[in-house]
Amino acid sequence: MNGSSGISNPPSRTLISAVNLSKLYPVSEGWFRRDRSFIHAVDGVSFDLARGETLGLVGESGCGKTTTGRMLVRLTEPTDGQVLFNNESGDLEDIAHLKGAPLKNFRRRAQMVFQDPYESMNPRRTIFDTVAEPLHVQKIGDHSERFERVSETLSMVGLTPPSSFLFRFPHELSGGQRQRAAIARALVMNPSFVVADEPTSMLDISIRTGIMQLMGELADQLGISYLYITHDLAVARYMCSRIAVMYLGKIVEMGETEEVLRNPVHPYTKALLSAVPVPDPGADREPVTIKGSVSVPVDPLPRCRFYDRCPIADDFCRDNDHPPLEDKGAGRLAACHKA
Amino acid sequence: MSTVNTQHAAPTGLWRARLRLASQSLRESWQLFARTRIGIIGLTIIGLYALLALAHPILMNTVWEPRTYDPVVGYAFDETQQPAPPSLKHLLGTDPLGRDILSQLMFSARSEFLLGLLAATVTVVIGTAVGAIAAYFGGWVDTLLMRLADIMIMMPAISVLIVLSALIGVEHFELALIIGILSGFGATGVVLKSQALSVVVKPYIDAARAAGGGHFHIILIHIVPNLLPLSFLYMMFTVTSAIFSEAVLSFLGLLDVRMSWGLMIHTTESAGYLLQVTDFWWLIFPASLSITLLCSAFYLVGRSLDEVVNPRLRSR
Amino acid sequence: MTSDPVLVVEDLTMHYATRAGPVRAVDGVSFSVERGQSLGLVGESGCGKSSIAMTLLKLLPDNARLVSGSITLNGVDVVPLSENQMREHRWDRISMVFQAAMNSLDPVYRVGDQIIEALEAHSASAPRDAMERVRELFDLVSLDPSYIRRYPHEYSGGMRQRAIIAMALACEPDIIVADEPTTALDVIVQDHILREMQAIQRALNMSMIYISHDMAVIAEVCDVVGVMYAGKLVEFGPTAEVYARPIHPYTKALMSAFPSVRGEKHDLATLPGEPPDLLDPPSGCAFHPRCAYATDECRTSIPPTAKHGDQWATCWNPVADVDSE
Repeated sequence: MNGSSGISNPPSRTLISAVNLSKLYPVSEGWFRRDRSFIHAVDGVSFDLARGETLGLVGESGCGKTTTGRMLVRLTEPTDGQVLFNNESGDLEDIAHLKGAPLKNFRRRAQMVFQDPYESMNPRRTIFDTVAEPLHVQKIGDHSERFERVSETLSMVGLTPPSSFLFRFPHELSGGQRQRAAIARALVMNPSFVVADEPTSMLDISIRTGIMQLMGELADQLGISYLYITHDLAVARYMCSRIAVMYLGKIVEMGETEEVLRNPVHPYTKALLSAVPVPDPGADREPVTIKGSVSVPVDPLPRCRFYDRCPIADDFCRDNDHPPLEDKGAGRLAACHKA
Repeated sequence: MSTVNTQHAAPTGLWRARLRLASQSLRESWQLFARTRIGIIGLTIIGLYALLALAHPILMNTVWEPRTYDPVVGYAFDETQQPAPPSLKHLLGTDPLGRDILSQLMFSARSEFLLGLLAATVTVVIGTAVGAIAAYFGGWVDTLLMRLADIMIMMPAISVLIVLSALIGVEHFELALIIGILSGFGATGVVLKSQALSVVVKPYIDAARAAGGGHFHIILIHIVPNLLPLSFLYMMFTVTSAIFSEAVLSFLGLLDVRMSWGLMIHTTESAGYLLQVTDFWWLIFPASLSITLLCSAFYLVGRSLDEVVNPRLRSR
Repeated sequence: MTSDPVLVVEDLTMHYATRAGPVRAVDGVSFSVERGQSLGLVGESGCGKSSIAMTLLKLLPDNARLVSGSITLNGVDVVPLSENQMREHRWDRISMVFQAAMNSLDPVYRVGDQIIEALEAHSASAPRDAMERVRELFDLVSLDPSYIRRYPHEYSGGMRQRAIIAMALACEPDIIVADEPTTALDVIVQDHILREMQAIQRALNMSMIYISHDMAVIAEVCDVVGVMYAGKLVEFGPTAEVYARPIHPYTKALMSAFPSVRGEKHDLATLPGEPPDLLDPPSGCAFHPRCAYATDECRTSIPPTAKHGDQWATCWNPVADVDSE
């Protein structure tokens, strides 16, 4: 996969693709230090997202999944690589380093839903102010048009009747209602792409299902593509047609969700999957075989990122660079020398 | 009840909701404030001095004859000896120059308030801007503003004011500006920046950026409103320090003011009465007590507001 | 099984006094825990499960009122005990592991010293013995002994939680109360800690109350489970039976809303509405506004707790029919 060929001949259904996307953070910002170290938060990540598709980005905390999502909506500027976005005219445009008006224009098409419904809304602003904010800053419509658009969107996300929510404040809403309002804010400009960063992880089970179903229905109705970021494989199973598993800034496995869950190829995916408890007292899980805990990828050595914890690693894995994401048959991609 | 489809519903409903939030948070804050007795004490003292300040022009226009009672150029012809002790005509006596002390006290109260509030407003406007900008932009903007703050904090305010008053004529207005700038770019700016840092990491700031909101929009709509409670608290502390600085500078005779509490003590001192407190108590106590009381009052209100603004300090 | 209860809780009711009135956080809860048994308390946020933990340890905030009930720990009712008397029971007989592991460790002291301090406060052991005991404890929770002399910030999240568990085990309590001990951890670390806690609990024949919102974790760790809703225990019974055949509609709804990575991919059920406000709970059964089986009876009168086989449930219209005895 390389970037230049991607631009000249785009797959028509691709909405957004990450090409060798990387984000490095300097460890300490000393004025007089030359030998700076970098955390490789995201390290050469590539994937395509088709129109109307939901791709799950799964991994433990610190694996770079949120940073990847933020780069795709340009809340974070990538250090390296491209983000190709299929714009209105049907061309793939690299939005990785956009600025000014073109960036502002891109924001109409790509939005984000955040994890914490309690913190994602300014407590001093009404639900109307919050949901209408994108219309306001993008100068879309006059006041009454915005009012109508916000009301429609609120009904769409199940906050009905909208009149009883418009002029309330976030603290007057329950967690589930707040998350619906946050989804309304993301959808009010009719975006084609939404990054959902753990949108249900802070909600109770009885509320969570409703939000998951709502997001699924909206994707079908409006043809939205989601990048669904989650640490919970079970949630990803219900939300995503494909999933990508990340470990220390790298995608280690990617494929159809059911396939990956039924038959994981990468040893990390296997471990992750076997560590998930099941709500069945009789079930006997096989023990997790990996040891240690996730480290921070500061200037990682040129070898497989999973080497230290891998149960099947050998000298070859130690002496060779991180394996590329390769087709392991039946459309399954995995980055492992041994699999 | 607001209806959805009429065009008027939106603005009226919105403003009604905003008013409701404002009145609700005011009510809650007041309840918290009122629970701390020190805040009420402070507020009462401030109220009394405000009444004195307001009453002065009225008295001057009605019962007080300007020739006798003018705080600056008046002379108590009815007294044989100056300074005269308190009497029915001059409730707090007269000063060594024959001027009525109560009139001076009341006249000065107004300028103390104006000075304090102007200094506080300047502090808060600068401090909020500095805090919000440093926290939001970070990087070299932050470094620059914070090093500037270090310089402001390191500068001893009184000495700076002494030097400035020697170079330029410093009146109340200039004094308020200088105190406001020193505190706004200095300690208050630093405190408000640390508060702003906890706001800039909130997801709603990210959401505003993802919506396409510019720097100005984010700072004005999302950061500044969340700094206002703390700004208000620091306003109170600035009033205290402004009144105090004024008193010190006037006492040293460095301020170019017509009348103030500090100047009243200065007059007493230059006439040689400062150390004869027991014999000439009315020359010293009214002014010095007023300085102490009003400074403490604003400080007490500040302390009490601190409990409203910082939930951690709230006593159960 | 012969009955040897370590902890018996009867009709426990605890309210928080707020300006708007009393919040009924725990409302007439009764259960018992046998020696060596692990009880799971599962429910959503605000259902009162953490309040029960705080009540059992008598670590209540100032505005909490223990309205009624008894907590019998090894035959002693701890409710009337003073704070000083209670302190002797805490750690020695009942100890706790909380979710916020970072807050439970003092950042300025070495972890080993903190455990020694806890040990010395509760037993007259010599410092040398105490150090030996810390080594044993670190070994028990699979922490490297070199970490005894390190500070909390040098520990990872999982290691910190292990240190907290070691501390809770220090005085060999009869029962340990664990409130969401793995919620902030990643699944692989959670898996390690869950397995270790189970192994330790079995090895020491210790009792445990494990509080979680996660049905799956409870299923793995607990022998007996209690489902909480709006401050009440709505269903109670052996884990295997409750999960296989939930009796209370709320339990059933929770089960069918819970996604699993394994097995058939069933449709997830949605529960309408929101959990009730405990300042002003609904009349009758608190679950009736969200219940698909609710009748007039549910709206007006509080259902009694009835026995269904090995399970207990508080419901007028149980969804599974299990004969009473």
